[in-house]
Amino acid sequence: MANADPRPSVLTRPPSSRFIVGSLLAALIANLLPGTGLAVLLWPDLVALVLLYWVIHAPRRVGFGSAWLLGLLMDIADGVLFGQHAFAYVITTYAAWRLHRRLQTFNLWQQALYVLGLLLLLDVSMLLVRLAFGAAFPGPLYFAGSATGALLWPLLSTLLALPQRKPVSPPYGTPSR
Amino acid sequence: MNDPTPPPFFKTGLPPHLRFTIFVLLSAVLMLADARLTYLGALRQALAVFVNPLQHAVNAPVRLAGQVADFFVTHSRLRLENEELRQTRLRLSAQLLELEALRAENAHLRALLDARPRYGHTAQLAQILYAERDPFSRKIIIDRGSLHHVEAGQVVVDETGVVGQVTRAYPAVAEVTLITDKNQAVPVQNLRNGLRAVVFGSGQDGTLNVPFMPTNADLVPGDQLVTSGLDGIYPPGLPVATVVRVERNAAYPFARIACLPAAGVDRHRHVLVLRSTAPPPPRPPAEVARGKR
Repeated sequence: MANADPRPSVLTRPPSSRFIVGSLLAALIANLLPGTGLAVLLWPDLVALVLLYWVIHAPRRVGFGSAWLLGLLMDIADGVLFGQHAFAYVITTYAAWRLHRRLQTFNLWQQALYVLGLLLLLDVSMLLVRLAFGAAFPGPLYFAGSATGALLWPLLSTLLALPQRKPVSPPYGTPSR
Repeated sequence: MNDPTPPPFFKTGLPPHLRFTIFVLLSAVLMLADARLTYLGALRQALAVFVNPLQHAVNAPVRLAGQVADFFVTHSRLRLENEELRQTRLRLSAQLLELEALRAENAHLRALLDARPRYGHTAQLAQILYAERDPFSRKIIIDRGSLHHVEAGQVVVDETGVVGQVTRAYPAVAEVTLITDKNQAVPVQNLRNGLRAVVFGSGQDGTLNVPFMPTNADLVPGDQLVTSGLDGIYPPGLPVATVVRVERNAAYPFARIACLPAAGVDRHRHVLVLRSTAPPPPRPPAEVARGKR
């Protein structure tokens, strides 16, 4: 489990804005993939996962504003109550922001456990909103996406950390022209 | 940790708690406005212009895969299907002839009785793009929008019955709420005895129910429920549901009636969007209605 934690041993450079925006956009597209039946229920909210990653690892770049805007886009894409995702994303972002210093010292599987909690918070806040506006409880499988999301967290974290591990300039000792 | 911006010492902006509160309040206002008022249509449309092309792009490979799979069907299966379709067409054309005669007779009789003519409808074929991901509602997206004269309120059917109703029309796509959605109501009539009722979706497992019917209501399992046409939205006579279970418990004021939809609500790739050729007469103003009572 020593190499499950990429951070303390490797010096990283700050993520580029283009990469942050690109990853969020890619997650949005992946969320729009059509599916049927069980696949839809098990499909994790990738936008929430990537958003959580950036809130934890670049809290001053990605915050409430981004969470809110992404939430609005998800509301349009899903055709749900306008502001429902935005509300839940902002709440989850706040919780993640409160936890981000602690989470940075954990290894990926410990983080995944916390992320499960955060995703469930996301689900519960959306559930409460919809129940308040008169929807019926969709059944316990509603929370299944959060479990898949948490399981996906180590993989996603590793992938999103990769571009930051490359050296910024040629290492010392290489001849300069 | 790997953050390039200066520490909060130099540049802070609003404190996070405050920003959090502002955005939560903003979302709450949006939700209330969306649920209680209808001012947000324009904003929704504007954002949809950005999201819908993304959805189309994402759907394209999936649709392509379906088309490729369609291309590689066996010759014998095609021939069999062709034969079946030919027979069905023959049978239907016979029924159509009968229908034409009946329609002429009906128009004649209505003219004799001085009754209003029935409103005609034109149908438009639409393909189902995908089902919406919202687990709280039963909705589908079709590939016809306001550019193709699809409007909110139009009725969507398949060859066996009512599928749902268009609830939002975007330029190129439209959102259809299925009759199995919890908030979707269809005014119906029992084909056996003409009893009027309203069918609601149960929102759970693709079934429907008929609430607020007294325990002695004349509905038995097997009854066919068709649209009554009383609302001026659904054309009369379209099959909606079949009653499968009636529970009469004297402890409750209403009977519990479960139905199954007549249409293949979750099954088809193509549906028909009905557009009425003549608008229904305007409702009488509320004051007049109250004064008459």
